[in-house]
Amino acid sequence: MPGSVVIHPPLSDDTVDKLAIGDRVLISGVIYSARDAAHKRLVELIRENRPLPMDLAGQIIYYVGPTPPQPGMPIGAAGPTTSYRMDPYAPILIEKGLKGMIGKGARGDAVIEAMKRYRAVYFAATGGAGALISKTIKRAEVVAYEDLGTEAIRRLEVEEFPAIVVGDVRGNDLYRDGRMRYRRE
Amino acid sequence: MGVREIPVDRITEVVRRLCIEANTILGDDVVAALETSLAIEESPVGQDVFRQLIRNADIARTEGIPLCQDTGMVVVFLEIGQDVHLTRGDLETAVNEGVRQGYRDGYLRASTLDPLTRKNFGDNTPAVIHTRIVPGDRIKVALAAKGFGSENMSQVALFPPSHGIDGIKKFVVGRVDAAGPNPCPPVVVGVGIGGTMEKAAILSKESLLRPIGHRHPNPDISQLELELLKEINNLGIGPQGLGGRITALDVHIETYPTHIGSIPVAVNLQCHSGRHKESII
Ligand code: SF4
Repeated sequence: MPGSVVIHPPLSDDTVDKLAIGDRVLISGVIYSARDAAHKRLVELIRENRPLPMDLAGQIIYYVGPTPPQPGMPIGAAGPTTSYRMDPYAPILIEKGLKGMIGKGARGDAVIEAMKRYRAVYFAATGGAGALISKTIKRAEVVAYEDLGTEAIRRLEVEEFPAIVVGDVRGNDLYRDGRMRYRRE
Repeated sequence: MGVREIPVDRITEVVRRLCIEANTILGDDVVAALETSLAIEESPVGQDVFRQLIRNADIARTEGIPLCQDTGMVVVFLEIGQDVHLTRGDLETAVNEGVRQGYRDGYLRASTLDPLTRKNFGDNTPAVIHTRIVPGDRIKVALAAKGFGSENMSQVALFPPSHGIDGIKKFVVGRVDAAGPNPCPPVVVGVGIGGTMEKAAILSKESLLRPIGHRHPNPDISQLELELLKEINNLGIGPQGLGGRITALDVHIETYPTHIGSIPVAVNLQCHSGRHKESII
């Protein structure tokens, strides 16, 4: 995408602070997949003060449940799933150092508050662009909860994964602002 | 006219093929609508979304990767000629066998489960099957792989007659507004008006099989479709809900006579990944 900023996780506070809603980014490096069931388990571990399967500091979690890979491919179609289902868990992970989330759809106030307080960003990937996004994932490896199948936590090596900043550290929300800008009465 | 014998494994074969094709080959009407929308959209972020969706359809078609990771629940509309005699098995088992094979062989995601225990069946069966008996000796199979980001945002309402056409419009537009980014806009809005509760819902789903850009043959209804499309696109929700001119690619209405006491209205939302195919046996 023309005019995109390239970012490499783990993200520093400085990188995160500079991102603003509407910015187009290309993510290269390692990100982690997790959705409903994996989030539940991560939060249980945190509550019990037990170690997590990966270090969250500066990391990005991608809300995705891919299709099975075809032979010779690292992953199948891998577009974002709806984020609000992760809202009850996200603030706890953000407090633990998570710097970015990739999904689709609006977030609740508690998540936006946590993003402001602990400086984290929310990215949207294009829902329904599963084949296109699949091509940006070069390697995928299950790091935890294999029993969850499509919902297992995977370590994903991505190259120029396209996303848009939809929530920034200042509490801005592109889902709200974007709609207002184009609304006609 | 004589009776035509059709073994049910012909149906299995067709369903298997349509499951794979629907999930990897986006309809020409949808691709054309995405291209037209890219030219109209004013929001730069929205234009990016359209560019990505056009590329996505291209990659899916050439590499056989599913268009979307939610490969849906299968809905099959069967029109069976009354002069057909089905042999060597039963119809519904044959359809579900086609789904099982298609989802396995196409590396598609199995998403069906028990509604209460939430235990996944692992093969994406069963399909939701709607069967009609019609004149003739052929079988028409129309198959949709329905994603649930958009299905979840759908709704049926039974209004008093005083609600009128304005009330219907408010309900449909309000539904799209409330759904916001969740059904992966740009959407196609399927509207069923009339009949009973379940008839309105089925009409709304059937209307989604109509190609984008095709109008209802009744000029008044076709006019209503265009009015709704305009109002919906004035909402500003835009591609992926990030703001923009194009929130819906089209609005399709189907109607059926109803009772003096009611206006049943169903809104079934279809995401841009409108995956449906048909075949005649
Ligand atoms: S709503 Fe449609 S495009 Fe969006 S994730 Fe679901 S199936 Fe895919």
